Amino acid sequence: MGLLSKKDAALIKDPLADNNPITIQVLGICSALAITAELEAAIVMSVSVLFVLGIGNVVISLMRNIIPSKIRIIVQLIVVAALVIIVDQVLKAFAYELSKTLSVFVGLIITNCIIMGRFEAFALGNGPWRSFLDGIGNSLGYGVILIIVAFFRELLGAGTLLGIKVLGDPIEKTGVYKYGYENNGFMLLAPMALIVVGIIIWVQRTRNKALIED
Amino acid sequence: MSKKTDSNLYTILFAIAMVIVVGGLLAFTASALRPRIDNNERLEKQQNILYAMGVNANDESSAIFVSTKEAPELFSKYITKQLVIQGDNVTEDPEAYLIDVKKEQTSAKAGNERRLPLFVGTKDGKTFYIAPIRGKGLWDAIWAYVAMDSNMVVQGAYFDHKGETAGLGANIKQRYFMDDFIGESLMSNGSFKGITVAKGNNDPKNLEKNDNEVDAIAGATITGDGVSAMLKSELRQYVPYFKTLK
Repeated sequence: MGLLSKKDAALIKDPLADNNPITIQVLGICSALAITAELEAAIVMSVSVLFVLGIGNVVISLMRNIIPSKIRIIVQLIVVAALVIIVDQVLKAFAYELSKTLSVFVGLIITNCIIMGRFEAFALGNGPWRSFLDGIGNSLGYGVILIIVAFFRELLGAGTLLGIKVLGDPIEKTGVYKYGYENNGFMLLAPMALIVVGIIIWVQRTRNKALIED
Repeated sequence: MSKKTDSNLYTILFAIAMVIVVGGLLAFTASALRPRIDNNERLEKQQNILYAMGVNANDESSAIFVSTKEAPELFSKYITKQLVIQGDNVTEDPEAYLIDVKKEQTSAKAGNERRLPLFVGTKDGKTFYIAPIRGKGLWDAIWAYVAMDSNMVVQGAYFDHKGETAGLGANIKQRYFMDDFIGESLMSNGSFKGITVAKGNNDPKNLEKNDNEVDAIAGATITGDGVSAMLKSELRQYVPYFKTLK
């Protein structure tokens, strides 16, 4: 990468693989369970988190030298809440349809542990540009897992992808349903998200033994 | 050595400044955007009401409203009367669709007589009675616009929600769920029964229209129960008015 130094590039790449916020740091699990029943919701959530974490990290990083350490968590919370509410209001005024899709996620974004985690662990101790890269990297790492989980849950649970019936119609018995295939409704329930995340963690640690803790 | 940002005075001043700045910013955004947001909400109500009576831009499988540009014109074209029912009193009010159902529910709880809005629409010679209703889902509010004929047989419905789970409860606003209500009767042998969102329904294609049941969404039991409860408690209040139509 010519644009970024090696150290900066690592800020983007690491969270995508060996320092993934969900599978390694185990942050943001709650939303990974809640909104991965559908691919579309997972993509929307990933983009929202990308936006909030990128900007939030920069804001916190700019304020890092003036934030009193005693109330820093509250300050972080206010920054992310204000950011999310302003974005929500602007969308409601100028892109109403989109805001309706997103409104469900507003509460989930504010309470997303990844956001508070990155503010606390990175933005408070690093400059704005590096914090921005860190925010982008971590939200991409989060998004990748969300999309993988949602892909399997929607495909196996509802037989659709992005709402399109890719496997045929289960009621009219077309496509694979003709041969007796049935959707696994259990995939749509929260426990299966946990199991899919668990499988990803397993695969990842089998491939890279250094990640296994004693 | 303690930093200057560790002192109590600094912390308190910082907190005060932060509250003023953020509070001001939020208040400014909210009031500056209020008129636009109100207008968007008004258009959405018109789109919802029109959707319920079958004036929409649906394609094969997804629910699509008429455009916001056309909505006001189509609304005045198709909605012939807007009624407010308060006890035996029925009055016309051209702004009845702006009545806040949530506020009416709260004021009814305080002992006031509830104002029930009902929109009368005509399309292709058929008369629709559209009622706005509101209830509770799993996480937050759910609401609906239900279009009925004069016998309280559902002719169309639009459901929406504030925060049901994506992929599960949120699917109440999908065509496959909403369209199931079309043709279902809210009455059974002359008395009001409502429509139950039933699990273990033996009729997943919903061919039987006189069973007061539609098929539930797997994994969305509480949202479905919320829909049943909302239909039952809210639409029951319209029964006296529908009796006067006969």
